[in-house]
Amino acid sequence: MAYLRPKRPAGRSRHAEYMITVEHLTKRYGTHPAVDDVSFSCEPGTVTGFLGPNGAGKSTTMRMICGLTPPTAGSSSVSGVPYRKLGNPGRHVGVLLDASAQHAGRTGREALTLAALTMGVDTREVPRALERVGLNATAGKRRIKAYSLGMRQRLGLALAMLGDPAVLILDEPANGLDPEGIYWMRGLLRDFADRGGTVLLSSHLLREVEAVADKLVVIGAGKVVAEGDKADLLAQSGTFVRAADQEALAMVLERAGLKGTKTTDGGVVVPVGSETIGRAAADAGLVLLELRPAGSGGLEQMFLTLTAGDSVKEAVR
Amino acid sequence: MTAVLETTTPPVTRESGRPVPLARLTMIELRKLGDTRAGLWLLIIIGLATLGTSAIMLGWAPDDELTFDGFFAFGLVPSAVLLPVLGILSMTAEWSQRTALTTFTLVPARERVIAAKLLAGVLIAIASTAATFVLAAAANLLGSATGGDGGWDIAGSLIWQGLAVQVIFVLMGLGFGALLLNSPLAIVLFFALPTVWSILGETIKALGTASQWLDINITTTALSEANATGGEWARIGVSAAVWVLLPLVLGVWRVLRREVS
Repeated sequence: MAYLRPKRPAGRSRHAEYMITVEHLTKRYGTHPAVDDVSFSCEPGTVTGFLGPNGAGKSTTMRMICGLTPPTAGSSSVSGVPYRKLGNPGRHVGVLLDASAQHAGRTGREALTLAALTMGVDTREVPRALERVGLNATAGKRRIKAYSLGMRQRLGLALAMLGDPAVLILDEPANGLDPEGIYWMRGLLRDFADRGGTVLLSSHLLREVEAVADKLVVIGAGKVVAEGDKADLLAQSGTFVRAADQEALAMVLERAGLKGTKTTDGGVVVPVGSETIGRAAADAGLVLLELRPAGSGGLEQMFLTLTAGDSVKEAVR
Repeated sequence: MTAVLETTTPPVTRESGRPVPLARLTMIELRKLGDTRAGLWLLIIIGLATLGTSAIMLGWAPDDELTFDGFFAFGLVPSAVLLPVLGILSMTAEWSQRTALTTFTLVPARERVIAAKLLAGVLIAIASTAATFVLAAAANLLGSATGGDGGWDIAGSLIWQGLAVQVIFVLMGLGFGALLLNSPLAIVLFFALPTVWSILGETIKALGTASQWLDINITTTALSEANATGGEWARIGVSAAVWVLLPLVLGVWRVLRREVS
């Protein structure tokens, strides 16, 4: 598949190799920092998972990238151009920030027609765009008021892809989709990236983005707490260990100065290699039932640990 | 799901770099006035009410009042009252229905969207005046056939002044909408504030002179008489500065700066 890199427009920054560049973005509401010095970038041909609990600053960051929220400090660009400098961004960046943000009294088809007219896309594309996301002609004629959240997500995806963009920015697009819909969307995004497209996809569920993302950016309380290739992050996520006597294991780990995190399935994830744990257990004559790289389970533990407290704060605020 | 990127992805420099033309945006904003259930019904009601004005005159007005300028003047009343509501909704629905998220994502230059909304408002005011003109002609034909006066004399100034009233009130609606960004609040204040000011102007003697200049309901009544004088236009200008220009300027400033979420 031909990989098409957009041409360099005049006056673009030095980060031409990245499709999305975020540099030291900060947004403060009063004294509360919603987003605090966030930097990352997205390459063509990749899906970047933007992970964090609710209220961590994912949506605010994405709104700043799309020029909807003025940042307190820092900058962002799409293909080297600040979003607001794009005259007709829909032809380059497909954006879905909130599927519910549609006029309830308009039909799905009309919402897409308005977008097509704005972008200068042939309105004959509209039925095809609806078809592509699994909305048939009957659904297109219905008013959005009658749409389920899943249908609104599909409509939002159709709108984002209507201008045949090179970049997709999607905020929690899997919300409200059924398992079949989530599977379908993963395929759609994977395919988009494999054809050279760039995807930035946010979620508060690790498992949801893990299946499709190449890169992960984890954010907690407005700060980037982990960033990198998914494979690297998985490799660094520690070792899962389960012993016949869990209390004895806890004592052994403590004696060895290792800090473990209990998982829900009766084991412990320890942020060191398997050999260190294996030796410590052998020295203590401990029977181990499982000792393996923690993989995504470890990543989830890390995710929970790194972002712990934020969701609690969010809940009581 | 393999048909996503069949065509080549457009470079930033071409389609995505060129701003969306204002004429296209204006056409879209005109379309948005009537493509929702609320907007469509409002347009239908304005049409029916305008028809109703002719029907009322044909049914109950004395025969010597059934003239073209009579039908035209009365026919403009429903749209003068209700078109501003369409203008209010054009501004407020973007925020109450949260479509601003899509609108300003597709057109980050918000001032262009606002300009398109103002142009669309002016165009619909012109269209409604033209439609009322045609309807008044038809009603006058019907009236003369049933024994009415049927006179066709109309001062040219009445046509332009009628149009000016429509445009002034639509722009006032757009200004209130942009300033308040909340449909019910903007509609209520649009009707209530000038009325309250009128009542105060009538009851409080000290406000008498001020209300002659600042009460837009009073100043614009001069436009229902042919050949409004320079002094009358000056009063209209002053009252419009307060009720139309001021909300518009503050409203545009607010929309340009407001965070979209």
